[in-house]
Amino acid sequence: MEVVKVFAGYYNYGVTIFLMVAGLYIVIARGNLIKKLVGLSLFQTSVYLLYIEPAKIIGGTAPIIDPAFKLYSNPLPHVLILTAIVVGVATLALGLALVVRIHEAYGTIEEEEIFAREGEE
Amino acid sequence: MRALMPHLPALQVVVPLIGALLTALMRRGTTAWALALLVSLIMPAIAISLLLQVLGSGPISYHLGGWAPPWGIEYRVDLLNAFILVLVSGVAAAMMPFARRSVAAEVDADKQAWFYSMYLLCLTGLLGITITGDAFNIFVFMEISALSTYVLIALGKDRRALVAAYQYLIMGTIGATFYVVGVGLLYLVTGSLNILDIAQRLGPAVAESSRPVLAALAFLTVGISLKLALFPLHVWLPNAYAYAPSFASAFLAATATKVAVYVLLRLFFSVFGVAISFKSLPISEVMLALSVAAMFIASLLAIFEQNVKRMLAYSSLGQIGYITLGISLANEAGLTGGIVHLFNHAVMKAALFLVLGAVLFRIGSVRLADLAGIGRQMPLTMGAFVVAGLAIIGAPGTAGFISKWYLAVGAFEKGWWPLVFLILASSMLAVVYIGRVVEVAWFREPSVRVQQATDPPLSMLMPVLILAGATIYFGFDTDVSAGIASQAAHALLGGIK
Repeated sequence: MEVVKVFAGYYNYGVTIFLMVAGLYIVIARGNLIKKLVGLSLFQTSVYLLYIEPAKIIGGTAPIIDPAFKLYSNPLPHVLILTAIVVGVATLALGLALVVRIHEAYGTIEEEEIFAREGEE
Repeated sequence: MRALMPHLPALQVVVPLIGALLTALMRRGTTAWALALLVSLIMPAIAISLLLQVLGSGPISYHLGGWAPPWGIEYRVDLLNAFILVLVSGVAAAMMPFARRSVAAEVDADKQAWFYSMYLLCLTGLLGITITGDAFNIFVFMEISALSTYVLIALGKDRRALVAAYQYLIMGTIGATFYVVGVGLLYLVTGSLNILDIAQRLGPAVAESSRPVLAALAFLTVGISLKLALFPLHVWLPNAYAYAPSFASAFLAATATKVAVYVLLRLFFSVFGVAISFKSLPISEVMLALSVAAMFIASLLAIFEQNVKRMLAYSSLGQIGYITLGISLANEAGLTGGIVHLFNHAVMKAALFLVLGAVLFRIGSVRLADLAGIGRQMPLTMGAFVVAGLAIIGAPGTAGFISKWYLAVGAFEKGWWPLVFLILASSMLAVVYIGRVVEVAWFREPSVRVQQATDPPLSMLMPVLILAGATIYFGFDTDVSAGIASQAAHALLGGIK
């Protein structure tokens, strides 16, 4: 029983860490510039979960003071992550724009081929 | 004017932000430059008056929007970050006159206004990181400066600039995300984002046994080390500096990594305190080893580099090693050395990169072989290179000597005397790579390419000479640089200030 309890208690953190490491692995292991950005996005998104999970209380509502409600979720992490999402979108957009320009300049988005073309010069 | 005085901390960030918006609306590069110059000149005025206020009456706490900390965002100016504000804004203002011709020559006409817009955004981000007292706010400003930096680098003419910007984007985002993970863990433990508040809630008793706190420290250290290009997390830096437009290289080399070092100082000493930072994890030892590795390996790479701009980038990595060495010593002299070197290195690297900007402007190349005999054609410019180069080496009478002196004293006080020899030995490597350029530039027959070159116009020459002169000035008058740095180091080691 104890094992199940621990597992259930940390289940959401386990998912977060798995996504985090998976994202980072893709960034390192893949040579395709778009796939790297996908990994980077996954990595960033997993951090959103790290913030949101502890802030959400089951049965809790938005923090509007009203006698009908006793249990509130913490709004601050939600707001922080809203900011982080905006940053993530901007980073992804800029990254994709750079990949488009790299494709125009090199005719490829595979890292190895780009470095090979550098060597020819 | 008087009504604005209490709002100086906010203006420090808001003015360049508005400037960035306005320059983005402009069509012509020259008008955008004029506006950017105006903003850049206002910045040090604000920073210096903040520094004087701090020196006169202690730290300033500014509540953004009137919300009291720790709920609202607090801008907190103490001696250390007032000093960094003066450094960043001062160097930016000194370099700005150089930008007009250099950018006009290196960036497409329709993109010049965007270039200045990105430069002002980057400045906003850097000043914001420095001034804010809120850990999450640091992340937001970090991303503002980082995103605009990627664009600045990608505006370089060489197509390799695109790949360099992409690589920096990947590494920089990983670094920033590590930082956010660290801040998130701290928030889970303390329930606060205000730096002072976190420090107070992290009592030593909580911290020693708490695994999330140590995990946060590890995440934050790695994340910021990526941003400040601590060896071996530096791979993004050489290409980024080598292929960015000259003005962007000079600006970033002088300011961006320095602000990251500031964040590291803040985290180690103000948030966690020496007790947690250096006792519960072997950060001091690891950082010491990496710093020494940077001092030697980066300098060796610089010696064998043919592109002088990239050579300076490797040299920057080595010099960052000296700064982090000072942090890892964690005693007053060592820390003073680290902070002074942060200041001095910003001034001398700005001068050196601007010299190369002038060279690129005149002969269109920064390859070592193409610089043959250029000293005779551009004596003032290359003279400035020699002066700033001597400062990098750490010759007595230059600013570099002061910082290395403090570092050596710090190493002695710790009883780590072999470190003193390592500092000296790595300076010898700097003699080789700076000497190599000086030899080619002054003692060889001018090549065909160089024969037509002359010293650049006054608007480009003056910033170079002023910054090179400053490296001599701060070698003699150390009241401002070392004086404030040692007070700041004292305050950092004294715990929460």
